[in-house]
Amino acid sequence: MSNARERIFRRLQQAETGIQIDYDSTFTTNIEMTKAERIAHFCERMTSVSAEVHVTAKDQWLTKLKGIVKEKQLNNLLYAAEGPLGDALTATWTDEDLPPLISKSADIDEWKDELFFGIDAAITSSRAGIAETGTLVIWPTEQEPRTYSLVPPIHIAVLYSDRLYTSFEETIKKEQWRGGMPSNVLLISGPSKSADIEQTLAYGVHGPTELIVLLISE
Amino acid sequence: MINNKRVYPDKPTKVYFFGTCLVDLLYPEAGVDGMRLIAREGVKVIYPQNQTCCGQPAWNSGYREQARAVARQQMSCFPNNHPIIVPSGSCAGMMRYHYPELFKGEREETTVQAFAQRIFELTEFLVHVLKINRQDLGKPIKVALHTSCSARREMGVAEEHERLLAQLENVEIAQHMRKEECCGFGGTFAIKHPEISAAMVEEKSDALLQENPERVISGDCGCLMNITGHLKQRESRLRGQHIASFLWERTNATDS
Amino acid sequence: MQQTVDFQNRSHNALGDPQIRKNFRSAMDGLIQKRRQAFPEREALEQLRWKGEKIKANALSKLPALLAQLEENCVKNGIQVHWAETVEEANHIVLDIMNRHDAKQLIKGKSMVSEEMDLNHFLEQHGIECLESDLGEFIIQLINEKPSHIIAPAIHMNRLQVAKLFNEKFPEIPYTDDVDTMTRNARDILRRKFYEAPVGLSGVNFAVAETGTLCLVENEGNGRMCATVPQVHIAVTGIEKVVEKLSDIPTLLRLLTRSATGQPITTYFNMINAPRQSGEKDGPKEVHLVLLDNGRSRIFQDAELISTLRCIRCGACMNNCPVYARIGGHAYGTTIPGPIGSILEPQKSGLDELGDLPTASTLCGACAEVCPVRIPIPKLLNRLRFEKNRTDETGSVKGAGSGREWKEATLWKLWQILHATPPLYRIGVKIITRLRGLMPTQLGPWTSVRKAPRIAKKSLHELAQEEGFDHE
Repeated sequence: MSNARERIFRRLQQAETGIQIDYDSTFTTNIEMTKAERIAHFCERMTSVSAEVHVTAKDQWLTKLKGIVKEKQLNNLLYAAEGPLGDALTATWTDEDLPPLISKSADIDEWKDELFFGIDAAITSSRAGIAETGTLVIWPTEQEPRTYSLVPPIHIAVLYSDRLYTSFEETIKKEQWRGGMPSNVLLISGPSKSADIEQTLAYGVHGPTELIVLLISE
Repeated sequence: MINNKRVYPDKPTKVYFFGTCLVDLLYPEAGVDGMRLIAREGVKVIYPQNQTCCGQPAWNSGYREQARAVARQQMSCFPNNHPIIVPSGSCAGMMRYHYPELFKGEREETTVQAFAQRIFELTEFLVHVLKINRQDLGKPIKVALHTSCSARREMGVAEEHERLLAQLENVEIAQHMRKEECCGFGGTFAIKHPEISAAMVEEKSDALLQENPERVISGDCGCLMNITGHLKQRESRLRGQHIASFLWERTNATDS
Repeated sequence: MQQTVDFQNRSHNALGDPQIRKNFRSAMDGLIQKRRQAFPEREALEQLRWKGEKIKANALSKLPALLAQLEENCVKNGIQVHWAETVEEANHIVLDIMNRHDAKQLIKGKSMVSEEMDLNHFLEQHGIECLESDLGEFIIQLINEKPSHIIAPAIHMNRLQVAKLFNEKFPEIPYTDDVDTMTRNARDILRRKFYEAPVGLSGVNFAVAETGTLCLVENEGNGRMCATVPQVHIAVTGIEKVVEKLSDIPTLLRLLTRSATGQPITTYFNMINAPRQSGEKDGPKEVHLVLLDNGRSRIFQDAELISTLRCIRCGACMNNCPVYARIGGHAYGTTIPGPIGSILEPQKSGLDELGDLPTASTLCGACAEVCPVRIPIPKLLNRLRFEKNRTDETGSVKGAGSGREWKEATLWKLWQILHATPPLYRIGVKIITRLRGLMPTQLGPWTSVRKAPRIAKKSLHELAQEEGFDHE
């Protein structure tokens, strides 16, 4: 279809609209927040869209997680044994009344059935968070594939508050996204939702029905 | 498009008045009252007899050549450098913002730009230049204000309309539903798409009637003609009045 | 003009349908309110809109260079780029990809460009099943309708109408009119499809030239499903969606979601940079980007009309349009309805076909007031009205001059003579005022819902003289 390409470009290059704009956007906003404000704002935004946020300490989050898993009566929890949370989870997942942790090293295609119809919940790390909008930045890796935050009905995400930025602008800048991004970057702000029927908000359409954030405050 | 940074001149000694064709034919008392309001503040008002129509109907219908010919005729009526006061947001918007577009690339381009700077919508002139504040002499009354879309969005004078009514002590302004929504006039729109226009004026009138005002006030005669024409059809007793006439009626000691 | 009759008929039908009137009115009122709350500070909003305009205008001013850069970076990242001058070409590109994979099923996320292509219809003719997965699109696909709004495709239906439809189409599922349950049912139906489909298709909200990133904005997660689960992901978009820098994105995203539905952000903002890399365990093995022209490069030629291409498809202009709120999206008969559709579609299809749409506006300016990238829609409607009636041959717009009618042109000529000849005008006015008693009480369509206006006894010209106002 190179002909189409050439014809389109020829027409675009022919145009002599003489318009020059040269506007250069920057990664700045006039929003400023202290760390406490960032945490408060993040929680407020997340809860307003029906996500659960648990602010917890570094040595407490696993206990918190276990409580949630039991309370939700999950049958299993998908995690990445080789991922950033892997060691901690594997090492402490010893209680008898906990559902099994599931870790996979094969391509999704080989266990797609289980992913779609057998997994109750998945836990992933977060690359960053955005306070202004109550957003998780998920940066999938070989260990933590993108479908973990998408297919299971419950997505549990762990976010360290030193990675909680004020705005999207600040996040891109401080994390130097222009220097390189993975195949897929996701901003997630709550559980899946729709208002396509009579403008009435319903949660849990095609993505997770529940989003649970463990925000580690120190 | 919204002009909220206009720098207003000091009170002039003389102004021109551009009455508009609708006022000329249907609401002449609004024109007279507008001129009286200005003259009462000690400003001499000149009404050139060669004025006709600002040209907006042709401009909005895509007949630019015809609009230009008529616009040229209007501009020739106001040779001296006095402000030109227009008792209509829509005609004022035409002369202030669309004349320069209409004459873009024409030989008069720069003169037209200067001409456009002299255009003032009546209420903005009363508020910002004449700074009028007269005592309300009328009996208590509840009115609804319909600000035209061009007054609101093009000339940016919705607040000036409200301020003038708020100055009147015995006047209560009834806030109606969706007061920022168009009444459905739109010039030739009402002829080309009569059913849509009808649906719009019906709902606008419903909203106005719901607040039970004794009068509906507007700064634009197009909207007034549309709304009151429909109200009459419904046999409603609610009447319309141009804001200039209402202000004159409320503040003029000898005439009311 | 057949199209004129069609538009009149469709709007007539919509106006006469109380259910449609009610559904749109209440939906639009809600959306207007939500947008307003999302922008509490006027000054900040104006600043943001100004930035949005500059970002998109900047991108358009460098469009050929940015498209080349986008292509280069996408290819570098492993995304396959295709160019389509027409919808036919775009459809064939998609079909070829499907055939190469021997794929008989396509699962679709929301894409207005695929609507523009009429892709579903085309692929079905070639034996390929297309399934819409956005809840609103899914609903209207069941009754073979087109979206009536670009953000909320099924906004013309209410809860009970949807419940009835689901019950007809899926009799095995117990009847419910509870929105949560209906949503859950749709989830279950579509989950199986996401699982099975070999190819997924989506649109693109912004394409970043400097990084080769495709951005998708959505709430439901179906867009992510389509772009993540199948082995192949096809993204279709218009050539005007490219922006220069990654730093342009946060501003546009802020404007888009707030203007559209009043949300500070959508649930998902999906940035796609590459297909599945070696070592990665999921994601499509192939990502294709189809860049469609279909008249956009023609719009691009005109220094004024080019601003049409700034549109980021938020739908705020339709939400705030008093005409759209009365007649709904289907009456326009175009892919994109409402104010933006009334300037975009006639430029694409030609004024000979859609020349009536630019007249379907009171020029009230509500659309331009809310547009996040400050497209001067009323000004462009006015321009197209001019293009439609122009007599010279220089018009660059498709179908320019096609609407000129001898009768109308003569009337305007007479109007001009009357208003450019003051003595004639004054005599005319004098005659009308003196004969006002003879004025007809029926004035065509005007008096269908109004009484005729009353001519004054004396004109302002006369009263001004009587009152002693100077005339020079």
